[in-house]
Amino acid sequence: MLKVIDLHASYGAITALRGVSLEVRQGELVALLGVNGAGKSTALKSISGVLRPIQGSIRLLDEEIANKKPEVILRKGISLVPEGREIFTGLTVEENLRLGAYTSYERTRYQNDLEEVFTLFPILKERFRQAGGLLSGGEQQQLAIARALMSHPKLLMLDEPSLGLSPTLVDQIFELIHSLRERGITILLVEQNAERALEIVDRVYLLKTGSLEFSGTPEELKSKLDIATVYFGGASDAEREVSL
Amino acid sequence: MIGAEFIINTISLGSLYALVSLGLVFVYGILKLVNFAYGEYVMVAGYALYVLTAFTPVPWYLTMTLAVGFAALISYVTELVAFRPVRTKSLTAMLVTSFAVSVFLQNAALLLVSPRARAVRLPSWFNRTITVFDATVPLRNILIIVTAAVLLVGLTLLMKYTVLGIAMRAAADKFTTTRLMGVPANLVISAAFIISGTLAGVVSIFWVGRSAAVDPVIGMAPLLIAFIATVIGGMHSLTGAVVGGFVYGLLFNTLSIMLPASVISYRDAIMFVIVIVFLLFRPEGIVRGSYTEERVG
Repeated sequence: MLKVIDLHASYGAITALRGVSLEVRQGELVALLGVNGAGKSTALKSISGVLRPIQGSIRLLDEEIANKKPEVILRKGISLVPEGREIFTGLTVEENLRLGAYTSYERTRYQNDLEEVFTLFPILKERFRQAGGLLSGGEQQQLAIARALMSHPKLLMLDEPSLGLSPTLVDQIFELIHSLRERGITILLVEQNAERALEIVDRVYLLKTGSLEFSGTPEELKSKLDIATVYFGGASDAEREVSL
Repeated sequence: MIGAEFIINTISLGSLYALVSLGLVFVYGILKLVNFAYGEYVMVAGYALYVLTAFTPVPWYLTMTLAVGFAALISYVTELVAFRPVRTKSLTAMLVTSFAVSVFLQNAALLLVSPRARAVRLPSWFNRTITVFDATVPLRNILIIVTAAVLLVGLTLLMKYTVLGIAMRAAADKFTTTRLMGVPANLVISAAFIISGTLAGVVSIFWVGRSAAVDPVIGMAPLLIAFIATVIGGMHSLTGAVVGGFVYGLLFNTLSIMLPASVISYRDAIMFVIVIVFLLFRPEGIVRGSYTEERVG
């Protein structure tokens, strides 16, 4: 479904990605792991059009989408739940969801979608008319995911959905991601919480300072690499100290 | 002296200033750009009034509609040809562009019409005085209040209940995230400029109606008032702009009747001192805006 080939991206003079290639197939749940600054978010930003890549190809269902505008890429079927949730705090939950359905709006379909969102996220029904900014962190994360689902994406990308949440909420979020996958939604997940992510994903890509370090199944990753590598980004103690 | 007349005139002036400020803040909210060409949208509408009343037999209601439409069009065109190409560049580039647009439009008026003021003859009933609640005020002042009320209600409905309005509010909060919802960046920005120009056009009718003349630099005063009023009211919300406009109007009228004749010429200076002192204590303005609704927990 999504094919990224030799992607290079930078923030001004700082290179963030140096030739990353990855693939997400229909119905898969794929994780993109790595330490802070490895380039995970940059990859998602490039795919969603927020950041223009310097070089490389991004294909969605064999259509080139690199360098397209974010609003165009959303219409093509990629929805990003950005890091830090990015809820519209001044807008109500209802308005947040309505904007999520901006491209897909049709009255009856919208009503059905809302019902479905309420089954997945009952709390959003309770909070429907409240300002997004009044929601707790966990509720905001649910709203961010619900909002992204409203556009009926072919591919859902989640950037650090468990960040800053309490352990119980982290469990809930991972259960939710797992259940979304069971519903047949294709997901590309970026996570710091590698251990938890490995429990639910089909395949893993591991990024290190902007390059691909590993790709394979979670089992392969566990057997091939010391799990500390995933967390700390260095195989040797010396490297570990540097990255810490 | 302070009575119905003062109240009506203050509400009237406040309404006008609220509309001026709102026009400026619509663009500011989304682009974070203080558009210094904003006053020129008032000016071009003034010239449209002049041309239509002086050289065509167009009836007054059509004249006013066309003038407002012309300001909206010019605002949209400046967005298209001047602001859009530099939008992804720095804010400084945008700011300099807005000065350039301002100078360009002023000089266009200077060259195409005249550096001298031109008389604009609006229908005589527009400036006729009427008596309400024992107060004698120009009909124009009552019309401003009604117009502002209608526009404020209309804009509130637009911002609250239409997708475009919701998208504009979202874009003022988080622009990139709004685009990630599939909302085209150009759509919200163009809409903001068109609304801004429309408000400038409406303001122009009353501004030019008061002085009965238009000149190339007529936009300076409304721009300055809009800027100060939004700073007082709070730059981060539409409500702030409206509140700021009314507070400015109240302050202005109060000083006008309270100050003795000998110091009345220092009215503006005194006003700015009050504004500066106020901002020392509350730099974010009267209305804090949605950015204080930062997530807790």
